[in-house]
Amino acid sequence: MIKRISLNFRIWRQKSQSIKGRFEYYALKDLSTDLSLLEALDKLNEELIINGDRPINFDHDCREGICGSCGFLVNGQPHGPKDATTICQLYLRNFRDQTTVTLEPWKVKAFPVIQDLVVDRSSLDRLIMSGGACSDDVGKAPDANLLKVSQDDAFSSFEAATCIGCGACIASCRNASASLFVAAKLAHLGQLPQGQSLRSERTSQMKQQMISEKFGSCSNNLDCEAVCPKEISANWISWMNSEDG
Amino acid sequence: MSYSLDPCLPLGTLEGAWERIQKGLPSIPLGKKNEIHIVVVGGGLSGSSAAATLAEQGFPVKLITYNDSPRRAHSVAAQGGINAAKRMRKDDCDGVNELFEDTLRGGDFRAREASCRRLAEISSSIIDQCVAQGVPFAREYDGLLSTRRFGGALVSRTFYARGQTGQQLLYGAYQSLMRQVARRRIELLPRRDVIEFIKLNGVIRGVVTRNLLNGKLEVFRAHVVILATGGYSNVYFLSTNSMKSNASAIWRAHKQGAFFANPAFTQIHPTCIPLGGEYQSKLTLMSESLRNDGRIWVPKRNYDKRDPSGISESERDYFLERLYPSYGNMVPRDVASRRAKELCDRGFGVGHDGRSVYLDLRDAIQRKGSEEIKSKYGNLLEMYERITGEDPLSMPMRIYPAPHYTMGGLWVDYNLMSTLPGLFVLGEANCTVHGANRLGANALLQCLADGYFIAPSSINAWLLGQAFSASSREIKHACQDAMENAKKRIDNLINVQGEIPVDTFHRELGELMIKRCGIIRNESGLLAGLEEVKLLEQKFHHQVRIPSENDCPNLELEKALRVADFLELAQLMLLDALSRKESCGAHFREEYQTTEGEALRDDEKYSHIAAWEHVSGSDSIKHLENLSFNLLKLNKRSYK
Repeated sequence: MIKRISLNFRIWRQKSQSIKGRFEYYALKDLSTDLSLLEALDKLNEELIINGDRPINFDHDCREGICGSCGFLVNGQPHGPKDATTICQLYLRNFRDQTTVTLEPWKVKAFPVIQDLVVDRSSLDRLIMSGGACSDDVGKAPDANLLKVSQDDAFSSFEAATCIGCGACIASCRNASASLFVAAKLAHLGQLPQGQSLRSERTSQMKQQMISEKFGSCSNNLDCEAVCPKEISANWISWMNSEDG
Repeated sequence: MSYSLDPCLPLGTLEGAWERIQKGLPSIPLGKKNEIHIVVVGGGLSGSSAAATLAEQGFPVKLITYNDSPRRAHSVAAQGGINAAKRMRKDDCDGVNELFEDTLRGGDFRAREASCRRLAEISSSIIDQCVAQGVPFAREYDGLLSTRRFGGALVSRTFYARGQTGQQLLYGAYQSLMRQVARRRIELLPRRDVIEFIKLNGVIRGVVTRNLLNGKLEVFRAHVVILATGGYSNVYFLSTNSMKSNASAIWRAHKQGAFFANPAFTQIHPTCIPLGGEYQSKLTLMSESLRNDGRIWVPKRNYDKRDPSGISESERDYFLERLYPSYGNMVPRDVASRRAKELCDRGFGVGHDGRSVYLDLRDAIQRKGSEEIKSKYGNLLEMYERITGEDPLSMPMRIYPAPHYTMGGLWVDYNLMSTLPGLFVLGEANCTVHGANRLGANALLQCLADGYFIAPSSINAWLLGQAFSASSREIKHACQDAMENAKKRIDNLINVQGEIPVDTFHRELGELMIKRCGIIRNESGLLAGLEEVKLLEQKFHHQVRIPSENDCPNLELEKALRVADFLELAQLMLLDALSRKESCGAHFREEYQTTEGEALRDDEKYSHIAAWEHVSGSDSIKHLENLSFNLLKLNKRSYK
């Protein structure tokens, strides 16, 4: 059965980094609750375009929770009210009828605003660049079955490797720390035999890069784990802190 | 009129041909490599892997992507796995023959045999490469790599990382890429669309991009351009592709002289979450690995509106098991999709609009326990529940086919070079190994084969014979021409200032294409489709509304440029579907079927790849690459 819902939106509008932004109010009436939040914004944008206004800019692409493009605050919460869910997988059935929903970009120094709800997360690419890789060039790889990996290690490494780089953990942290993002990468590679040769180098380089990108230190509040759409455990941060490097 | 094309096939026997070529390749001195500029367009699996490998070899590379980071590319969404012929234990056979034959047969004998053979032969080294990069594949108890079975195959040869194999492979390639960015071998150019190509004396010499942040047009000169821009399923608007996946780069290259091969070969994937309602923006795929444990059925009585739990075993029609006893639920994608559509058309479909069939995990749960099923498909089941609000462990999932993959693409020779010298095309953007239907788990394999191994080697070989003698004045002129063309197109679109948003046109194009050129096609529908698309195209160029600000992000302009190209490409798809008067793989022409309703090929007339040449102001010209089969004889594809 299709249910209907009406929502008021309070959305951060900012034309560019150099121009000051502000909240604007929009009402959307009689929407199907089977619509996703982003589809509701698509609908709102169509109305804005027809009226000659600038549509609301938000990052998105796969709309199935895996590319990590989408991400902003919904009522102050990164990715909104539903656990283990990116914004693109948030449906209107997760909201209450006739309420106001506030949408605003990640508020993090290391993620400058580009426009409206879009921020620049290239600092995450630079973190990976600083050491988040293994060392082998193409053509030099040994037979994959020579390196045996236990099921537990493979799965544990995989779980850490599922991080989609959306930045929610950083947006949720009062210190804007990138500890969970970095710990997840270190845990992904550090638990596999092929990640051993650069292990301590990787740890020290990525930690150093966190500081140069002006991410804060871990606030120990575990908000990162709570908002992570891939449910990556904050235990990896303690694991990282016990690593050499 | 038709002309025949030379695919530059290797000499001698096909077995081991690729390895023989590699042994004889001279290398380019490092100092020379430094002077060669390579531009890679697309940061997905094939683009990232090619860029990283070429940079490792010493070439300076620029990588252009519309995303903010290469890690977002749509390869990330591939779920099920990657095929490889890998000897797992001492006494196993290597499986190369079987993978080669399944690929060729799965594509219904409309792919190039030599390329399929090479794909199977290098598949094992791809797994080695990925593992060396730290891809956490699933493992067996003894620590060896684990595999599972996919559609169109009788053996288990698909390597996987839960339901997120594409993500893990992409991150492996992305990390290798970023390692080269750190070493300043690769310059990353994110948030840019390629909208024009620079061509001089018939050779590709660079690209014009539009910077999506400030609207500036930029020129990147190059000696080699690699297109790794993915497929064009978004021509159907609702598809499993990312929202921004588009055909603009390959379409612009086509208009500059690159032939477009088999555009009508598009795959509609059987296991997707059905359409929900108005304003839906995309369809979500559920990996076909679910068909290992899920049984597909509809009620035996049509228009049966009962809850599935109330429909007893004897009242259920497990139609794939009934029609194809040996492959059952594991038939290739085209067959599963067509059968589901036919039953829904005849009123056997389920769900609120009768446009879905059940995929039922009940028996597998009873046999293996819900814990095992959850551990195998965890993220897929959660995704299904988030989107539909229904629990797949307690009631059957509902699925329906959705546009997913395009086997067609720019024509390339055995060395992955298009008909435009210097332009190489990789991954889903080209047309090589998948024929008329891609085998499950072969997409990731092809991307990495192209990116890690084939393109880097072919590009080296091609560069050895090149002189690049054009004067700088000539190149400057060519760049200016390309810039002006790009600017003109943008101005024309913005100046329309009509009253209809871009998405409205895109949605209409999609509805039309799925109806006229979807799972089932026929002549009158295709002819009507051509007229309809032409009308829609005219309407688009007279009534589209795009905000005029072009010095900041302009999402509508981005979309309009893409939709304008889709409108043109759609016409070539319809033309190609019309001119292929046979059924093969995913191209099912109603007029050509067996009495049992299976695709009826016409090998006498259509055993070829149709490669279309764009002619400005006139009809496209069809060229043929005739296919011959030596290792595997042409036979009827049967999954009975």
